[in-house]
Amino acid sequence: MSDAILRDAESAFAAATSLPVLDQVKAGFLGKQGWVAEQMKALGGLPPEARREAGASINRVKEGIEALLKARRLSLQEADLAAQLAAESLDITLPGRGEGVGGLHPVTRTLARMEALFGSLGFVVADGPEIETDFHNFTALNIPEDHPARAMHDTFYLDAGRLLRTHTSPVQVRYMQDNPPPIRIVAPGRVYRCDSDVTHTPMFHQVEGLWIDETASFADLKGLLADFMARFFERDTLPVRFRPSFFPFTEPSAEMDIGCVICGGEGCRVCSHTGWLEVLGCGMVHPNVFAHVGIDSERWQGFAFGLGVERLAMLRYGVDDLRLFFENDVRFLKQFA
Amino acid sequence: MQFSESWLRSRVNPTLDSAALSHQLTMAGLEVEALMPVAPPFSFVVVAQILSAERHPDADRLQVCQVDVGMSEPLQIVCGASNARAGLKTACALVGAQLPGFEIKRAKVRGVESLGMMCSAKELGMESVAEGILEFSVDAPIGQPVRDYLDLDDQIFTLKLTPNRGDCLSISGVAREVAAITGTVAALPVVEAVPATVNDVLQITVDAATACLRYCGRVVRGVSSAAVTPDWMQRRLARSGVRALHPVVDITNYVLLELGQPMHAFDRSKLQGGLAVRLATVDETLELLNGQTIKPDTDTLLIADLAGPVALAGIMGGQGSAVDATTIDVVLEAAHFTPAAMAGRARRYGLSTDSSHRFERGVAADLPRQAMEWATRLVLEICGGAAGPVVEVGPGAIARQPIRFRPTRARKVLGIDLDDAGMVTHFARLGLETTLDQEVWQVQVPAHRFDLNIEVDLIEEIARLEGYDRLPMAFPSGEARMRPTPEDWRGVASIKARLVARGWQEIITYSFIDPADAALFSGDAPPITLLNPITTSLSVMRASLLPGLVQTLRHNLNHGQERLRLFEVGRCFTGVEADQQPQRVAGLLYGAAMTEQWGAATRTADFFDLKVEVEALVAPQGLDFRNEPHPALHPGQCACLYLGDRAVGWIGALHPRLVQMRGLARAPLVFELDLMVFAEGSLPRYGGVARLPAVRRDLAVLVDEAVPVGRMLDTLRAALPPAITALDLFDVYRGKGLPEGKKSLAFKVLLQHTEKTFTDAEIDALIGQVLNQMADSFGAVLRGGTY
Repeated sequence: MSDAILRDAESAFAAATSLPVLDQVKAGFLGKQGWVAEQMKALGGLPPEARREAGASINRVKEGIEALLKARRLSLQEADLAAQLAAESLDITLPGRGEGVGGLHPVTRTLARMEALFGSLGFVVADGPEIETDFHNFTALNIPEDHPARAMHDTFYLDAGRLLRTHTSPVQVRYMQDNPPPIRIVAPGRVYRCDSDVTHTPMFHQVEGLWIDETASFADLKGLLADFMARFFERDTLPVRFRPSFFPFTEPSAEMDIGCVICGGEGCRVCSHTGWLEVLGCGMVHPNVFAHVGIDSERWQGFAFGLGVERLAMLRYGVDDLRLFFENDVRFLKQFA
Repeated sequence: MQFSESWLRSRVNPTLDSAALSHQLTMAGLEVEALMPVAPPFSFVVVAQILSAERHPDADRLQVCQVDVGMSEPLQIVCGASNARAGLKTACALVGAQLPGFEIKRAKVRGVESLGMMCSAKELGMESVAEGILEFSVDAPIGQPVRDYLDLDDQIFTLKLTPNRGDCLSISGVAREVAAITGTVAALPVVEAVPATVNDVLQITVDAATACLRYCGRVVRGVSSAAVTPDWMQRRLARSGVRALHPVVDITNYVLLELGQPMHAFDRSKLQGGLAVRLATVDETLELLNGQTIKPDTDTLLIADLAGPVALAGIMGGQGSAVDATTIDVVLEAAHFTPAAMAGRARRYGLSTDSSHRFERGVAADLPRQAMEWATRLVLEICGGAAGPVVEVGPGAIARQPIRFRPTRARKVLGIDLDDAGMVTHFARLGLETTLDQEVWQVQVPAHRFDLNIEVDLIEEIARLEGYDRLPMAFPSGEARMRPTPEDWRGVASIKARLVARGWQEIITYSFIDPADAALFSGDAPPITLLNPITTSLSVMRASLLPGLVQTLRHNLNHGQERLRLFEVGRCFTGVEADQQPQRVAGLLYGAAMTEQWGAATRTADFFDLKVEVEALVAPQGLDFRNEPHPALHPGQCACLYLGDRAVGWIGALHPRLVQMRGLARAPLVFELDLMVFAEGSLPRYGGVARLPAVRRDLAVLVDEAVPVGRMLDTLRAALPPAITALDLFDVYRGKGLPEGKKSLAFKVLLQHTEKTFTDAEIDALIGQVLNQMADSFGAVLRGGTY
């Protein structure tokens, strides 16, 4: 009999296709009027010695029914969850919602790279005004009035002896006036020259570097800048060369060339078929500059260098027209995001 | 400085080919900017003479010539050049000759055999245009290869000299330098005095002895008007970019190129009396050789005769006293004008001449006499005539003191271990005389190296002769100390990074803008104006970043963009002092609030889309938005931004007037903020985290439409009891169901007890306080809520 009722329960539970129906079906077996309750009521009519045996038997059947119910409930829950998951599936290939990211200007990107490289050697970033005095831009840098070097600078002038700085070198003057050596700074920023054609814009960016201590030598200058170029272009074997040059504020002065990063030194349009690219001017700080800022040139020595940011950005990213940097066409700018 | 290699090699001839010589010059600091052959390669072209020229039987424009090319028999050559004529000496390419681009073959021209070609300068690749075949002088040797005759196996060097190397602005100067760097010997011109044969003494006075250290003048009588400048000289001049004009003028130019000493020649008959070297006086005028008439300033040095100025000293001669074809007697000038007296003058009058270029950079003070003697010799040889005595006035060169030099110092500055002997060798090659001592040497510098004045100048010479590339390379070392790193300060990079992460694109625009824009964006404040702008549209310094943003917007709209979020960080200029050049960040938002996408309805960005960006940018700092007018912004949609009591920027929609002027479909939203906002942060300070959950109550109140919600929030928040930790607006409703002129505001109130759970009575009391203040200060009436 008990086997029959278990079979009944199993088939009744299997016929219930949802949890609410299962609950209704369950009542017929385990509810107040269900089979188990009926059997328990009937126990009273049995002789006491038979009750224990019959009671145990009913309990075994009840446990059997409960196990069947639990299994059926579990399977119905699994099915429900599977249906829910299927219903909730998304096309995860649809684009995401909301705002995308913007981007930095390629000049900023290049400047950040330069600052990071020099920063890794302990250079501090220094800043200065863009409308400068004649003193800071020229005189203190050993460029007296009417010096032929001034003609090379194509200066924008304002009233009252002011001008737009033609290089970031005045920042080194201001910094040395305010800070005693040792000094290790880079000064990035906008500079201005009264010149505008295919290869010149009236505004561009430079990074000035300055290292002053008691021993910084020309050999150190060469080593530092060669290292910088190799790291900047991520080419361990980038050839470099130094040529004598002239800047009134350094002596000895040098021009630095790197092997053409476009053609690898074979000769191309970018390097005018020389295999070399002129990338920066540098030199040992001139004693007259030290004198202007009150630093004892017998005790302190060091070097300065000036890098053209757009030039390096063009070489690094293959930009072939300087003017693109200041047209600010987002179709150009977005390529550097 | 441009010159012919063969001219240089006549003075110094190291065993290096042209390319190697060029490399060495560049690496020694005399940068070779260009190295160009005088003519491209060609072969079998010889000097020839046309013996006869007769019309071609079948062609009007052709002639059949018999040409002597130095062979046993003349050649028959058909020629189309109109200047081909019997007797002419010219260039003839023989059969088999390789010319630039083609080969000469035996040919029949309209049935007549032709055994070669007579050539123009163009056909030989020497010029880009030419009329007719070359014409040589009557003494040209028939049969000689034209390459030899015209010295065409020559290169033109162009040096890009730095301003300190004025001493290399001559063949002699470059030759000295080549000798020093290659270890060879230069054969510089030896100048011998030319004795006077006529006693024609020129009266010369120098009234500006500090500006003119020496003035040499000399009369040469009776130069021949038939004289011509010899080919060799014309060739050398031409290869230095100097056009032949008049033999005497050509000679002065030649001496300038050879020695570096500028010279001038006057027509004696056009001078009134002698010459005076003096500063210009007020209201003098002078017509120059180029036809320009100038009124020199009183700091400008002149050469004058009794009648007035005759030359702008060291720059250009006057038209009135110029040598020309009729000149018989000349006055030659060779003078030393100091760089200080010359500096900037030529430029001021819009002039730049070979002469001024050299005097500005410095010319050796011992040269005028040498140049005078040499020019005299050449004039007598080429033009004939008789020379008077050299008149030499002025104090002459100032004796130079030796330079103190410490070899140990040189080693320390350069980081090399070159020994003393090595340095002495380098100095000797440069013509520097060294007096040795233990620690401090005395180094005497020759007159032409006026760029060498102090110890470091000599250190650079050591480096140069040693070769910059041969100097060692080292990694610098220094104190390994950490940098101060303030945390209450946000750098530009972090500000930019935050904007970029929120979808903004950085731009960089010029710091100078159109004055019209400046007026529109900055009102009446007078802009800072450039004295020499590139163009008017870039002539004033920006006082705001907004014009650049709007212009960039316009440019990009023109190129098909529809939605832009642009920002720039840079200086603005309110004055010329260092503290009047604040760094600012500004942004512009235009078009849809979000990029067009499937997942969100398209909506045009408005003021509040930008406001949240500004708030996010400055967070955790808070800004106060106050209604104040800005000349370029919509008066009803703009605010001045305050940090505490200080105005630090602006936000708003572009003024409709400007929107129309720029042809925009709608108003861009813009902000501009002083970067000092980011310099004054504070460190976070931990204030504990409550253990009990906060209680939330929502309130809806009715207020007059005119009540500014931000002001209301500020007032209420300032007076909140400590148990209320937040009061935030979450809805604004206007319209149906509300009385006219009213709006409904919904607030979320968070209550937080630090120790226990609130009782209902306590919550009611706290909310009651807030409601009372809303009612008292803003006439708010409770409408409903979870309260």
